[in-house]
Amino acid sequence: MNAAAAPEESAIRRPVPDGQAWRDTILYLDGVSVSFDGFKALNNLSLVIEEGELRCVIGPNGAGKTTMMDVITGKTRPDQGEVFFDGETDLTKLTEPEIAHAGIGRKFQRPTVFENHTVFENLELALKTDKSVWHSLFARLSSEQYGRIAETLALINLTGQAHKRAGLLSHGQKQWLEIGMLLMQQPKLLLVDEPVAGMTEEETERTGELLQGLAGAHSIVVVEHDMKFVSRIAHKVTVLHEGRVLAEGPMEKVQNDERVIEVYLGR
Amino acid sequence: MRRVMELYGTQGWLTLGGAALLFMVIIPLLNLALPPEHVFHVPDHIVALMGKIMCYAIVALAMDLIWGYTGILSLGHGLFFALGGYAMGMYLMRAIGREGMYGSDLPDFMVFLDWKELPWYWLGSDHFGFALLLVILAPGLLALVFGYFAFRSRVKGVYFAIITQALTFAFMLLFFRNETGFGGNNGFTDFKRILGFPLANPSTKVALFITTAFTLLAVLLLCRFIVCSKLGRVLTAIRDAESRLMFSGYDPLHYKLFVWTLSAVLCGIAGALYVPQVGIINPSEMSPANSIEIAVWVALGGRGSLAGAILGAGLVNGAKSWLTVAFPDIWLYFLGLLFILTTLFIPKGVIGLIGQLRGRPK
Ligand SMILES: Nc1ncnc2c1ncn2[C@@H]1O[C@H](COP(=O)(O)OP(=O)(O)O)[C@@H](O)[C@H]1O
Ligand SMILES: [Mg+2]
Repeated sequence: MNAAAAPEESAIRRPVPDGQAWRDTILYLDGVSVSFDGFKALNNLSLVIEEGELRCVIGPNGAGKTTMMDVITGKTRPDQGEVFFDGETDLTKLTEPEIAHAGIGRKFQRPTVFENHTVFENLELALKTDKSVWHSLFARLSSEQYGRIAETLALINLTGQAHKRAGLLSHGQKQWLEIGMLLMQQPKLLLVDEPVAGMTEEETERTGELLQGLAGAHSIVVVEHDMKFVSRIAHKVTVLHEGRVLAEGPMEKVQNDERVIEVYLGR
Repeated sequence: MRRVMELYGTQGWLTLGGAALLFMVIIPLLNLALPPEHVFHVPDHIVALMGKIMCYAIVALAMDLIWGYTGILSLGHGLFFALGGYAMGMYLMRAIGREGMYGSDLPDFMVFLDWKELPWYWLGSDHFGFALLLVILAPGLLALVFGYFAFRSRVKGVYFAIITQALTFAFMLLFFRNETGFGGNNGFTDFKRILGFPLANPSTKVALFITTAFTLLAVLLLCRFIVCSKLGRVLTAIRDAESRLMFSGYDPLHYKLFVWTLSAVLCGIAGALYVPQVGIINPSEMSPANSIEIAVWVALGGRGSLAGAILGAGLVNGAKSWLTVAFPDIWLYFLGLLFILTTLFIPKGVIGLIGQLRGRPK
């Protein structure tokens, strides 16, 4: 949409489609490219997420969805392009922990929790606080922090399992715990990679409700394969294909887009 | 203070108190106060052996912090132990004064090399306080610098272990050279006294023994404090899911550097206690096999358990002192076999086995 910019124009940031300034967005990717040994996992990808939005990103396997999250969270550095968070934070210059502190939380595609710690300890570790070595050595939870952990436990439905080792949880419960850990960080933006993979029908439904409840107060980007789930929760959908945006818009519009049907839905 | 009391339950504190009483009061008394022919007399060589093993136990605790809890296998911890030992050895060499073979102010090996004055890096080594500082700084600074570059480049697992092996090997070669100024392959020996007390005196030996027991207890409590704190939970989180931890806002580099450097310093302290008790330090302490052996103690005792680490150091070295005398040829094979069997059949070590037998889910 804004691929060919004149040189003098690129000095000033381009406005986003709705005429809103890029500074007002929570996440702004422009012209991002990443290649692995010559293979372009992301190819001039541009994406804008508004504050409080719940966006679903879909696309066939290998479309670059996880790589996009890697770029946003600092795990992978883009070869080209701009990645701005909350208007002014240049994410390509920050390390993973710095990006987490800036207010981005990430759930991995494969649920990743601290398996040898209890559910409670997992949340304690994620809790937003001073995360320096010295502070950790002497840290004790305040009653307010206990309260926040208890709230989150209730929200992710794991109050009864608080003192169980996280490794003993079911797959779906681990997914929730990981979402709970994101919430403990009080992030502005949540990146959630395939949250309902391996969940039962009922768990999927609850997860959908959970994410919808979080939107508004948080901005959320959900990568998901499950189309039923996507059409249930999404306001706006972005379709990725071969490392770039193929289509974007409301679910009904995207579902009827011929190119989308060809590469993805119609397979 | 309350947090210190919380480190162990009543039973734990009683066990610790009992062990402290045994090693700091009873054994010293039984050794010094009873005549050698008495049934309860603890012979000198047993005291010496236990003193040595307690030094190894400190090393095992240090190893457990970095490997058992943080998941970073070091195969170079023998180097830090040796550096602490050499730092203490320098003081002990200077404390010989003119009683050496050549009656010179310089240590004998320097006279032998025909050196006329002390190299600059020996300055201050005649002060005990300076030696103690060096015991901490030498391994600490080396670990800090090495760790910074290794962890910043995110070197992990086997690669890290191999580099640490190379590091200790390189230092061994360096210390073998006479020109390095640390006595070459003979190292330091023939010490006479420490702080003015003759090392040959039974009471000096027992004082060193008690100091070692006290240090071991202090190190154990320090390690316990760390692993029970949130910092300890961060360390195991590094071991189990480092990327999750990074995306939760922790910088693993700082945590790794802290525990790695602390671990090296603890080894240095152990080495400094070891040298006056055994009366010698030479570059063979830096041999790659020595460092591997340390990992075997911890693997056998039980990774991720402080009691396990101490137990492992005790069991392996107890067995070693007996086997190397009874069957000197098979010791290394025995050690290798032990390691393989432990890894295959009791991944949680002897302490895990004891826990299972007691029916405690661990
Ligand atoms: N670290 C990597 N090295 C090489 N190729 C990679 C790497 N990460 C991803 N890829 C490749 O990039 C493409 C996009 O992968 P990914 O972002 O995981 O896709 P998605 O999450 O949409 O399924 C895939 O073809 C994948 O094989
Ligand atoms: Mg993916």
